[in-house]
Amino acid sequence: MHASLDQLIRKLARLPGLGPRSARRAVLYLLKNRDRLMVPLAQDLFDVASQVRACAECGNLDHGDKCSICLDPQRDHSCICVVEDVGDLWAMERAAVYRGVYHILGGTLSALDGRGPDDLHIDKLLRRADRLAATEVILALSATVDGQTTAHYIAERLAATSVEVTRLAHGVPVGGELDYLDDGTLAQALKARAKLVS
Amino acid sequence: MPEWQADAIIISVRPHGEGNSIVSLLTADYGRHAGLVRGGASKKMRGTVQPGNRVQASWRARLSEQLGQMQLELTQAVPARFLDSPMRLAGVASICALLEGALPEREPHAGLYAGTDALLSLIAMDDDNTGWLEGYVRWELGLLHAAGYQLDLDRCAASGETTNLAYVSPKSGAAVSQNHAGQFANRLLPLPRFLGGVACPAHDWVAGLDLTGHFLAKRVFAAHNADIPAARRRLADMVETRYKQAVDNQEAVR
Repeated sequence: MHASLDQLIRKLARLPGLGPRSARRAVLYLLKNRDRLMVPLAQDLFDVASQVRACAECGNLDHGDKCSICLDPQRDHSCICVVEDVGDLWAMERAAVYRGVYHILGGTLSALDGRGPDDLHIDKLLRRADRLAATEVILALSATVDGQTTAHYIAERLAATSVEVTRLAHGVPVGGELDYLDDGTLAQALKARAKLVS
Repeated sequence: MPEWQADAIIISVRPHGEGNSIVSLLTADYGRHAGLVRGGASKKMRGTVQPGNRVQASWRARLSEQLGQMQLELTQAVPARFLDSPMRLAGVASICALLEGALPEREPHAGLYAGTDALLSLIAMDDDNTGWLEGYVRWELGLLHAAGYQLDLDRCAASGETTNLAYVSPKSGAAVSQNHAGQFANRLLPLPRFLGGVACPAHDWVAGLDLTGHFLAKRVFAAHNADIPAARRRLADMVETRYKQAVDNQEAVR
């Protein structure tokens, strides 16, 4: 096998979800579809690598210094939704139910991994909330010990301001059956029960 | 082929590769024990492998000294019951971080396991958010004992008195009575009332966490050339912030 081919397989094998065997299959497939897939893919990879960068405001990935969400005047800039990473932002956008702006933290506090407040974009969030005169900060963080510890920490830091701090509800997912839920989720769902309006 | 099955408490989870996790558990018979959980980072397993959860674990390896593989079945999702309570979450994070940092691997600790299990139940039950802190300080005394450092809080190191105890020596870990503290009182650690102290100037829970925190840092973590875990410091800071204010308010009223 040619060295460049071997190098390509090795590099592809390092991607999440791929191993050496699937990387070999992908490379063979690309070579069989050289003009239709391989060259355009290489061009797209080059374009994304050279043009996409983290938004200076929220940390989202987009072209230019500021992302399209932060530049959109139709968005409510007084409402900031805090998420752990870009994948979570994309998930919220797929739902198409939120019209405010975002702030990407870059992870959660974790005593075990030695990740403290200085390793996350928390100070930047506080400065941004102040600058945008935010009225609400929504903490859309994981329902895990680390995620909720981070949420409480941010709420504590924002307590001195007039910003309303909210978090996403925890409980029964759409399509979920009570019989299959763990007791912790059920306990949270029961705590957050809401009055039925008829 | 070595293998075991046991009830366990998850104390730490680290990602391993794309979809797997290395999970560290506390069990009664096998102590702190780690193993590889295949698919531990998957959506299906993510709720199960959370620190503080109670699980039924089965471990198996080809040789006993190997990491081995674990299968976990959730028995009770403990922290999920109080995700809205910062103090209780900080308590569970501190328990897990201390166990992970202070205990040697694979040494049985039946008493500590029972104590941890009881403390988690207490934290989960306690709706007023703070009543469990006394139990927490007692649990840290138990952890010190399990790590080989027992404090002698029943009699005065100077006189042998068993009453009127008010302080603890930061060097020996022995109690000191109010009468014998004398000019050294300001160098001694206050003994909280729930541990038999008669004149604790600070809030009991703040004094209790200061007392155990001092010996955990000095005797356990310094021996490993490590600092006391950040999660434990955060819990102590939260308690101090909340109860120092309460003590200050009481004094202002007086």
